[in-house]
This record gives sequence, structure tokens and C-alpha cells, in this order.
Amino acid sequence: MPDETKSPSTPLPEGEPKPTAGQPATPGAVKATPSGSVQSEIKAPSEKPSPTQVPKAAAPAAAKPATPAAGHPAPPKPAGPVPTPWESPMISKLKRTYGSGIEALAHLGQNYMTVDRSLLPEILQVLRDEEQFDYCVDLTAVHYPKREKQFDVVWVLYSFPRNERIRVKTLIADGDTLPSSVPLWTTTNWLEREVYDMFGIKFEGHPDLKRILLPDGWKGFPLRKDYGILQQDNEWVQINLGIESGQ
Amino acid sequence: MTDPRTLSPLELENPDKTYLDANELIINMGPQHPATHGVLRVILRLDGEKVLGLECVIGYLHRGVEKIAENRTYTMFNPYVDRMDYVAAVSNGLGYCEAVEKLLSVEAPPRAQYIRVILTELNRIASHQLWLGTHALDIGAITPLFYTFRDREEILKIFEKYCGARLTTHAFRIGGLQYEAYEGFEKDVKNFVSFVKPKIDEYEELLTTNRIWLERTKGVGVISGKDCIALGVTGPVLRASGVKWDIRKALPYANYKNFDFEVPIGTNGDTYDRYIVRMIEMRQSLRIIEQAVGGIPEGPIMAKVPKVMKPPVGEVYHSIEAPKGELGYFIVSDGSTQPYRVRVRPPSFVNLQALDLMCRNQLVADVIAVIGTLDIVLGEVDR
Repeated sequence: MPDETKSPSTPLPEGEPKPTAGQPATPGAVKATPSGSVQSEIKAPSEKPSPTQVPKAAAPAAAKPATPAAGHPAPPKPAGPVPTPWESPMISKLKRTYGSGIEALAHLGQNYMTVDRSLLPEILQVLRDEEQFDYCVDLTAVHYPKREKQFDVVWVLYSFPRNERIRVKTLIADGDTLPSSVPLWTTTNWLEREVYDMFGIKFEGHPDLKRILLPDGWKGFPLRKDYGILQQDNEWVQINLGIESGQ
Repeated sequence: MTDPRTLSPLELENPDKTYLDANELIINMGPQHPATHGVLRVILRLDGEKVLGLECVIGYLHRGVEKIAENRTYTMFNPYVDRMDYVAAVSNGLGYCEAVEKLLSVEAPPRAQYIRVILTELNRIASHQLWLGTHALDIGAITPLFYTFRDREEILKIFEKYCGARLTTHAFRIGGLQYEAYEGFEKDVKNFVSFVKPKIDEYEELLTTNRIWLERTKGVGVISGKDCIALGVTGPVLRASGVKWDIRKALPYANYKNFDFEVPIGTNGDTYDRYIVRMIEMRQSLRIIEQAVGGIPEGPIMAKVPKVMKPPVGEVYHSIEAPKGELGYFIVSDGSTQPYRVRVRPPSFVNLQALDLMCRNQLVADVIAVIGTLDIVLGEVDR
């Protein structure tokens, strides 16, 4: 890809050109944008021309800002809706049985629950057998390297009888394993292989846990945040493709 | 040098022995094979001509789309999604734009919604036409290929006139559309609808009662609705197995709830039913287009979105009914200009998993028919 050869240094600066170009002439904003974390201070003034990023349905909820207020006397930053508790007969039933191991929230009209790792096998089983979540839509993970429990693993479940979609999330540390859901939903076979391939999370009891998109001998897990965008397993490339580098 | 992938999946201890026994045979198909619709490699375990099992080896087209997304802004990533399912690029764009709009809590204005629906449904027809042509070609009927490509061209012309691109259209923007419908857009679409209606009858005349077609598709690659659900198979394959489920109806997105259309289902879950379901879907898409093109409201085509998009912290899963099944985007925002994580739930990838089950106890020649009927696009399987 041409723009990758232009900036081969680090992955981060790649995001730079676009924000800079799209920004109205606010010199301060240009410098601060790439760092990402300080956006709340800088964003407000640069956005003055179009301050109405209307959060339509959830107008009352929008009063609470999602990020702590910046010490800036600017027009109120259009903050997104914040998660609200998700209440349903199913949740109260689960909470009665499993107590505080479940945190159920609704955000942007979508329901999800964060489940303690130790309760996970049981809860997935209950969701499928008793609550009729018969279709596992997707299984994926998100890497947060700074957290102690580095990975969010997310199951997207759908129930045909209830016409309802939920997400189940659990947090695990690097090196922790998860029970395979293949006995519950056959479809997770490839999905778990992909999570293993990209994040290195192992699923116990998976019938054939190996890489799926990358070659078998590949080293490293590309969707982890510490894996650079230009990084490759050069050794593998040299041995198997007979070229110096894949870039 | 032996590639461990070749042998381990089928647990073959000694390949030579098996070969000499001539009872079971391991055969490699692809990745360079004209009937695998791209670079799909299938390792077949055969008893004579009967398939005992198979394993798909994928990843030849892996480009790391999800990794790229983390290093691009929301706007910059938009064109990349077209390169996954490149025969239904418009659908990919719709799913992505709507997911980000959800994160931003904005909604595209009604006029944009209508134009989006028209283009997406046109793309569904184009995708099904391409599927029909290549699928029939694989099974031995060459003529439909020329018919479908001739007619698909008309759709691509509309795309080209609308946004300048034929395949990787990048037709939609987060928040609406960049381009207003060109002058004569409605007329072109209406002309296309009346042009293609008799053409679909023409395809059916060639195939629906054709004896060779019936022999090659009836009872081939059967999958039950229950197995479809367990395997996560969606789209026309699921419907042909008798499950009446379409995201446009079940969890409506865009403005599909304003339109009147039917969800066709099959009964046997075989290749023939999937063919019939897709043929009816094309007609239903025309029905949606007819309704939409008559009622495009006036008004803006772009919602108010900031130039530099920084969706508030949060995550969202949004899915649409792509021509091939459920196409989902799971996007995590950390409040910066770049998505923290974008996960694409590709229908082709999940559907391809059913190939093993559908091919068991079929003949080798039917593997080709089943790959065709699954309607996979390897760009989307491998991402």
C-alpha cells in the first residue's frame, strides 16, 4: 500500500494526516489531536462551527458527559449517551442465582453483560439452554495492554425465539484460558480459532485449536496492541517465501 | 518440506499407505482452482468418489483489515470495507457507516436513507446475478453467465454514474451521502427495474426446469435449519433451509420497515432451494427499489457530523442483511479519532464453515456445486 511506504517509522503517525487536513484553522488543535488522550480539552473550540452532534433519542441522558469535563470554558461538549442499567426478567433471574458476578448494562440501545470469568461456562450454558440464545453471532476479543486483565472477550448472541441480541463479555489476563463454546454453538469452532490466531487466547477443549488466517508457523498475534502495523514474522517470510521482507 | 497443514487436519498417519490401499484418498483442491471463486484450498478425504470429510484452508487473501482499521481514522477506514466483499461493496459500506453512526448517535437524513436502500438493493441484485452466473458455470451451464453479466452491467453503470466507481464504490459516508443523486437517477433506476424483470424470467427459463440443472442441484448439499443455526449460517442458505429470518425484518435497520417485501423460504435446504430463494430475493429487491424510487423525499443528504470524528467512548455491534448473510461490525471507541477495535463479522467466513457438513457423503463433483451455492467471496472470508 502506497501510504504505508511513505511513513514506515511507527504505526501511530499514520492517523495524523487526515485529522490535520480535516481540521479548521485552529493551530492548537492540530498539535494535540494525535495524542488522542487529551482530546476533551482541545476538541471543544475546534468544533465550534458545528456544535450540534445531536444525540437524538437519548437527549436527556446526554446531559452527563462521558469523559470528565475539561477545564475549558467552551460550549458544552456533545457527549454521548452513557450506559444505563439493563433490567429484564432474565437479568434479575441471573442476578438472583449468580449475585454480583454479573454486571448488566445497556448502551446505545444495545444490551450487554460483563460476567466474571469463573461464572462464564455456567452462564453461557444457561443462556443457550434456558434463555434460548440459540445462535452465536460472533466471538471476538479486544486487547487493553495497560489493564491487569488485558483482554475483553465478547460473545454476541442472538435468540431466534425472542428476537433479541445481547453481548456477553468477560475479562481475562494474558495467558488465561477460556472454556471452548464449541459444545454449545458449533459455529464458534472457527471463531475461536480466529481469536486464538489474532490474540493468542487459548480455548480449552476446542477440537482443533490452530491458526486459521495466518500460516501455522507464524510467530506473534497481530491484533494485540503491541504488534505494530508494519510488523511481520520476518523469519517465516524469509524461509517460506524466499524474500527478505514482506514489506 | 511438508506443510503440516496438509496432513494433520484429517489425522492421516501414513499417506503412502492410504494411497496404496486405494480405499481412502486425500486430494488437494485449490487454492488455484477456477471453481473455488478465489483462493480457497480444500483438502478432501475421499472414498472413491464419495466425500468422507474435508477441511478448508483459508487466509491466502488475509490483509489484516481489522488491524488497518485501528490505524486509520473512522473516515479513512470507510473505503477499506468495500474491499472485503467486493461484489457487494455497497452493503459493506452501509453496515460500517450505520455502525459508526450508532456510535456517534446520529442518523442519516430520510433522503439519504432512501438512496442508500436503492443502491444497496441494486447491489444485492448484482451480487446474486454474479452468483448465479458463476454458480451455473461451475455446474456446466455456460449461457447464464453471459446473460447475468450483461444485465449486471446496467447496475454497474448506475453506480458509475452515481459515484464514479463500479465495484469498490465507497458510495456512502458516515452520516449520509457525499453525492446527491445525479440528474436522471430515478429514471435510470426505473428503467433498470423494467429492463431486468423479464431478464430474471429469462434466467429461470434457462434453469428452473432444466433437467440437467435439477439433477445437479436437487438433494445436493442438504443442510437442515437446525444445523444452520448451530453453525451460524445466515442469509439465503438459512432461509432455503426453512428458517424465515432476515435482518431487514427481524431487526430493521436503515428504513426497511417502510417497505413492503416478502422473505422467501425453502423447504429442503438443498442447492436447488437456495437457487430458488435467491431468484425470489432478486424480485423482492426490485419490489423494494420500486417503492423507494417513487418516494425519495426532498431534504439534506448529510446529517451533522463533525469533520474530525471522535465518537464517545463505547462499543456497538451493528449488523445488516448483506447478500450473503449477516454482516456485522463490532466497533469499540476510546474517544479518539481512530477506532480502538473494529471487528467484522463476515457472512462468508461463517457460512464456509458449513461446507464440511454439506459435502459429506456427496460426490466430488458436488463439492463444486456446494461451494457455488454457499456464495462465498474469499476477500471477505480472509479479510
